[in-house]
Amino acid sequence: MRQCANDVHAYDPEDDWVYSEESRCVGCHRCVTLCPTHALTVRRTLLDFRSNANWTADRINSIYKQAETGGILLTGMGCDQAQPIYFDHLLLNASQVTNPSIDPLREPMELRTHIGRKPGRVELSENGDGVELTTQLSPQLTLETPIMFSAMSYGSISYNACLSLARAAKQSGIMYNTGEGGLHPSLYQYGPWTIAQVASGRFGVHPEYLETAAALEIKIGQGAKPGIGGHLPGEKVSADVSKTRMIPMGTDALSPAPHHDIYSIEDLRQLIYALKEATNYAKPVGVKIAAVHNVAPIASGIARAGADYIAIDGLRGGTGAAPTIIRNNVGIPIELAIASVDTRLREEGIRNEVSLIAAGSIRNSGDIVKIIALGADAVYIGTGALVALGCHLCQKCYTGKCNWGIATQDPYLTKRLNPNIGSRRLSNLIRAWSLEIKEMLGGMGVNAIESLRGNRDHLRAVGLSQVELDTLGVKGAGQP
Amino acid sequence: MKRIHVNEEYCIACRLCEIHCLVQHSQSRKIIKAFKEEAPRAMARLLVEEQGPLSFAMQCRHCEEAACLEACMTGAMHRDEETGAVLCDEDKCVGCWMCIMVCPFGAIQRNIVGRRAASKCDLCYGNEVPVCVAHCPNEALTFVEDTPSGNGSA
Amino acid sequence: MRYLIIGNSAAAVGAVEAIRHYDRQSAITIVADEPHHVYSRPLISYLLGGTVDETRMHYRPEDFYERNDVETMLGVEVTQIDVRAKTVSLAGGGQVGYDRLLISTGGKPFVPPLPGADLLGVYTFTTWQDARRIDHYIDDNRVESALVVGGGLIGLKTTEALIERGIAVTIVELADRILSTTFDRTASKMAESILRQHQVEARTGTTVEEIIGRTGRVDHAVLRDGERIDCDLVLFAIGVRPNTGLIPADSGIAIERGICVDRHMQTTIDDVYAAGDCVQAYDMLIDACRPIAIWPNAYRQGYVAGCNMAGVDKRYEGSFPMNSIEVCGVPTISVGLTDPPRDEDYEIIDKYDRDALVYKKLVLYHNQLVGAIFVGDIDRAGIYTGLIRDGVDVRPFKEHLLSGSFGLISLPRDLRKHMVVGEGIEV
Repeated sequence: MRQCANDVHAYDPEDDWVYSEESRCVGCHRCVTLCPTHALTVRRTLLDFRSNANWTADRINSIYKQAETGGILLTGMGCDQAQPIYFDHLLLNASQVTNPSIDPLREPMELRTHIGRKPGRVELSENGDGVELTTQLSPQLTLETPIMFSAMSYGSISYNACLSLARAAKQSGIMYNTGEGGLHPSLYQYGPWTIAQVASGRFGVHPEYLETAAALEIKIGQGAKPGIGGHLPGEKVSADVSKTRMIPMGTDALSPAPHHDIYSIEDLRQLIYALKEATNYAKPVGVKIAAVHNVAPIASGIARAGADYIAIDGLRGGTGAAPTIIRNNVGIPIELAIASVDTRLREEGIRNEVSLIAAGSIRNSGDIVKIIALGADAVYIGTGALVALGCHLCQKCYTGKCNWGIATQDPYLTKRLNPNIGSRRLSNLIRAWSLEIKEMLGGMGVNAIESLRGNRDHLRAVGLSQVELDTLGVKGAGQP
Repeated sequence: MKRIHVNEEYCIACRLCEIHCLVQHSQSRKIIKAFKEEAPRAMARLLVEEQGPLSFAMQCRHCEEAACLEACMTGAMHRDEETGAVLCDEDKCVGCWMCIMVCPFGAIQRNIVGRRAASKCDLCYGNEVPVCVAHCPNEALTFVEDTPSGNGSA
Repeated sequence: MRYLIIGNSAAAVGAVEAIRHYDRQSAITIVADEPHHVYSRPLISYLLGGTVDETRMHYRPEDFYERNDVETMLGVEVTQIDVRAKTVSLAGGGQVGYDRLLISTGGKPFVPPLPGADLLGVYTFTTWQDARRIDHYIDDNRVESALVVGGGLIGLKTTEALIERGIAVTIVELADRILSTTFDRTASKMAESILRQHQVEARTGTTVEEIIGRTGRVDHAVLRDGERIDCDLVLFAIGVRPNTGLIPADSGIAIERGICVDRHMQTTIDDVYAAGDCVQAYDMLIDACRPIAIWPNAYRQGYVAGCNMAGVDKRYEGSFPMNSIEVCGVPTISVGLTDPPRDEDYEIIDKYDRDALVYKKLVLYHNQLVGAIFVGDIDRAGIYTGLIRDGVDVRPFKEHLLSGSFGLISLPRDLRKHMVVGEGIEV
């Protein structure tokens, strides 16, 4: 009863009975998980409209709400509509007979990935002891496994959640991303595992912030709401959040749609190099965009503008708060986006100049292997990480009443996320997925993740049209 | 000795510790029976203090220099040699409540239903890990070997 | 090193346990006039009342002396102490030498010089033997009514024991109310009304003039105002005085109301220590020494004495009066200065629920807690005792002090973190 932030359960001392106001339940399962006798369960309420494939209950209810309020309907997390999921149409290869599989328990498997600009050619020189590299390498990020924690701002998630991500990134040898919220000073110690984001609102951006991080990321857009900026409702701007973001307490933090100093690709190049100058060219500077129709030429332009990596966030990307209509209708799936960007950059001969990071509902290690085969160097996981922390996808992040202590600043609720437990669970997830990736790679007869990158031949598709197959660059299953 | 460490940062005041402590000290040790059928109902040996968002579980600290041990006039309060815990021999206790008078943590309660005796945490005598620690959903209670510098004194 | 302890109760046990903590080799000898294995003196009223039987009287397990390697001479009286020769003489001849001596002879019951005090059926009530004698007398003479002289703590416990035996009791108390040294007026009145519900009458503001007997046994008593009280049994429960009789006048050991001891429990003579009901030790509330004869003090003083005797420097922090008794099943606790003078320096915070019979009172002196009374609801009273002992400034949480939810969480964070030293076990 005490555990529900939505006041669903209440005790009536007169009747000595616990009543449940079911209409308030959001389906977060907190009460179910904590009940010591397992007495509770959550089911869809049985108020049915007449069957209608077109005017579904959700669509009807949305109009009721808008007729009452006249406002934009908000939601949290990623697109939950039934758009096609290409991952579920793609299948992996395995080695049989002609090309033997590799046993990951007995042979070394290289999952280590380097994010950054790779040179077109290397020059070596001989000296007394051996061979030396004379080519100057661009700064790289080294990841022990091709998985990173996606951008989730302090403000949209709690401090304890940020701390869990930072610690787990350090423990697993990967990176986490600050998102638009700036970086809390107590997290500076995790700098070497931090990617600092510079978004359109420039929240929390100051010299120390840039210096502390291992890499910088200019955020142009995100998959959940391409074309508009980030949104943090005022309820979630606590004193600490306000200090970290450098904005007044309690005000909505609305990032502008464009960066108001980036109106052309040349402007972007200017900002990229301004950041590189500010950090002495010692850190990789990347750009994050949403997957939209023109994603291939945009990516090509960004690569030529000097970015060290491009992060692409697909249609299913998550968020703390976004207008429902934009989240569900704007953007394209990441599978198609990555494939077309990878193909385009290869055709232009500049694929080595940027690393590609894929984001937007990577749900398991199978998705990771497939997206790397489609052309990504590494992935960002957002929703997956939060689920590891306890999220039950009730999609009410924007209310600030997250019962699991993740998407809230309410001190009653944030206590529920113990960073000791959180970071442990995240590390476990990364470890589990890495082991599975090794198994799949071994099965394919591949012993280094690099060999998989962009290797469409390891994929086959089922149930897709020819156009989709062409975009993905993948053959139909059964085709050798 | 191994002691229960309380971390107020992670206590979410769910009171599952109180529930499981009660069950552990009940007759049937089954949760539904302990609450619904047993009369008198057993007593939990710890209590969760709550003030706003701050909360923590409070139980006997098993102090090195235990005031209750000195105040006990029957010798019912004694220290268990193996675990180092301060235990109350409920057969010897006559319910004079001197221990309640001197415990600066207020960790002892009167058990007046049935035999009168002082009731307090016994580190779940016989268990490897006290049940409150085992069932805390947020690891706010941990069972830790004390570092040599740590010595509880009342 | 030879340790000698005169006395075999709480202070002696405290001393033995302290000494053995640091010194497992040297000899310890206990000499005591009572023949029993160390027993819990407060339990004698439970014994008389029948709530406890003889098997539960012992304060420590049967093998206590053996495990702690203590030689005992029980049922042996000490007749002489020679502090220069460092020897102690025993009744029936014999001498015991010592290097360090602890005098823990306890208290002696005060018997007023009344006519008739030597009749059969008139007793003091401070030892196990007393309990047995009284018990037999009650059975042999089918006692139906009793007079308890003294309305203090001992008087009340005695009264309860007699009520358990189905005996009608009258209490006579010199002050104008019972429990006048521990309670305030309100609490005393509550206690009196509870007793009345159990058919116990209290005659306050008066005293016994004479006890009249018949055939050598007590028959009735006459009070100062002439009132006649029929009774088959008279128990004196006026109080105990420190038992210092066996200390020779020329020993150099200073005695005022009790044996004077310093903060290390040592008397004015080196190597002679004293602890328990026989001493006057430091009272931190009045910043002076006086006898406070309660069980927890005796143990602690014995423990401190033992440490110092074993060569470990331990300071006696001091104490203050505190008592926990039940009045016919109603729990009460009183601590410290409970009835202060009417003075602006003292502030009183109280809560009185007449119907529920619950009374809580706190006495503050310059914003420090110095006294408390609880009647009916004694939950977590020890927290207040701790605040008194530590002299805490209660201003930050004054308004929460008597609220239902008062607890450690109401105290300022750094205060409660320092209540217990040690990482993680702090609260």
